[in-house]
Amino acid sequence: MSDLIEELLAGKHRALARVISKIEDRSPGYRELVSQLHEHTGNATVVGITGSPGAGKSTLVDKMAETYRERGETVGVIAIDPSSPFSGGAVLGDRIRMASNVGDMDVFFRSMSARGTLGGLSTATTDAVKALDAFGKDRIIIETVGAGQNEVDIVGTADTVAVLVPPSSGDDVQMLKAGILEIGDVFVVNKADLDGADRTVQELKEMVHMRDASPLAGTAGHHGVETDAVGEEDEDETDDGDDDTWTPPIVETVAKTGEGVEPFLDTLADHRAWLETSGELTEQRRDRYEEEIRRLLREGAGELIREEIERQGGLDRYVDTIVAKETDPYAVTEELLAPLRESVRE
Amino acid sequence: MSTQDSEDRTIRCLVAKVGLDGHDRGAHVIARAFRDAGFEVIYSGLHKSPDEIVQAAVQEDVDVLGISILSGAHNTLVPKIVEGLESYDAFEDTLVLVGGIIPDEDRDELYEMGVDGIFGPGSSMAETIEFVRENAPER
Repeated sequence: MSDLIEELLAGKHRALARVISKIEDRSPGYRELVSQLHEHTGNATVVGITGSPGAGKSTLVDKMAETYRERGETVGVIAIDPSSPFSGGAVLGDRIRMASNVGDMDVFFRSMSARGTLGGLSTATTDAVKALDAFGKDRIIIETVGAGQNEVDIVGTADTVAVLVPPSSGDDVQMLKAGILEIGDVFVVNKADLDGADRTVQELKEMVHMRDASPLAGTAGHHGVETDAVGEEDEDETDDGDDDTWTPPIVETVAKTGEGVEPFLDTLADHRAWLETSGELTEQRRDRYEEEIRRLLREGAGELIREEIERQGGLDRYVDTIVAKETDPYAVTEELLAPLRESVRE
Repeated sequence: MSTQDSEDRTIRCLVAKVGLDGHDRGAHVIARAFRDAGFEVIYSGLHKSPDEIVQAAVQEDVDVLGISILSGAHNTLVPKIVEGLESYDAFEDTLVLVGGIIPDEDRDELYEMGVDGIFGPGSSMAETIEFVRENAPER
């Protein structure tokens, strides 16, 4: 085992930080490091926090970490911020809001930049979560960038996804139109002290019930129209005695004051318990490992192809012939893949 | 980005405001310039203690720690940060820069403490970025 992993397992923060850097940089040998982490993972619960910019994600994450710490648990946070499409640089600004946990090394807060790629980000995030898990963090929170497709990517890593919705976020709850509704296991109306919060809660409830009623949602009925009173959920209502379905509860929080954070964490725990009892967690993990193998295979195959292209002297020559209409991209691809295919089928 | 193992590392910087001084225009300007140079910048926010800066530098595994001080407290604050980094074995491979108002007579002492570069009011942004590019530690 590498020294770095040994130090990480021994609880050295510097080693943990360095392993995450190597993962982010895809630096030589990072795959071996991640591979060594695997047998030490599986003990942490992973929560994803997503929602539109300004919804209060960072503030809520700060209060979540504080509350977990009060309960004697250790916390890892990965906060993702966008990077510049021009320079590739980034200002990673969420750390500034982690005011409750300063000086407490048992909250390990790490800023990550999207570095321009979505797929790459989810790989790096998944691997960084493994590092925090192996290090021994009880709770891991992933805070997403808050704009765009990364929100949907987070599903690939978190056990439970909480979607934050600010009050009055559009009369049709605009953000729910694309993607976000499907990924939320819990909805949080943060800034619940503001005008319009009640209405947003109501709109979310309608959305959730429409989702339940849709053919895609399986056989889940309209359980508990009156469910999920503000900030305090009732587990009997959320699963309605039927272990096979989960109706996303809607909780209200005021992250700035910490109001509603305890009930929110209890709701997350309920979801986790449901994942375990329903067998969903095992299923989810199997799916993820399968997807991970596929991804690594794609990466590995991609590398083989790059090597082959290099061996052939690069793509320029091919592009020239395509431009001259002597051949076409499909034919070139076929030609390049042929030797690989032959060696596989032999 | 390619999915290959890459030799190119993104330079990560922590731009830190430490102590009581409440002026961070300069820190904002440098943070943005670093961003535009392609670095990843973590900004600490105002009024941080040396411990907080050390915690952030270690967790974020930054290559560069830029400390902005206008208050004149550099002689007490910088050593605390250096000691903190040492206690996590993080001092050796962190490029430590100090920016702001640093009187000439204090500079040697800061360099002896292990500060790698000092950038006063006259320094150009290009010069600072170049210094970081050339001196960011190999890891």
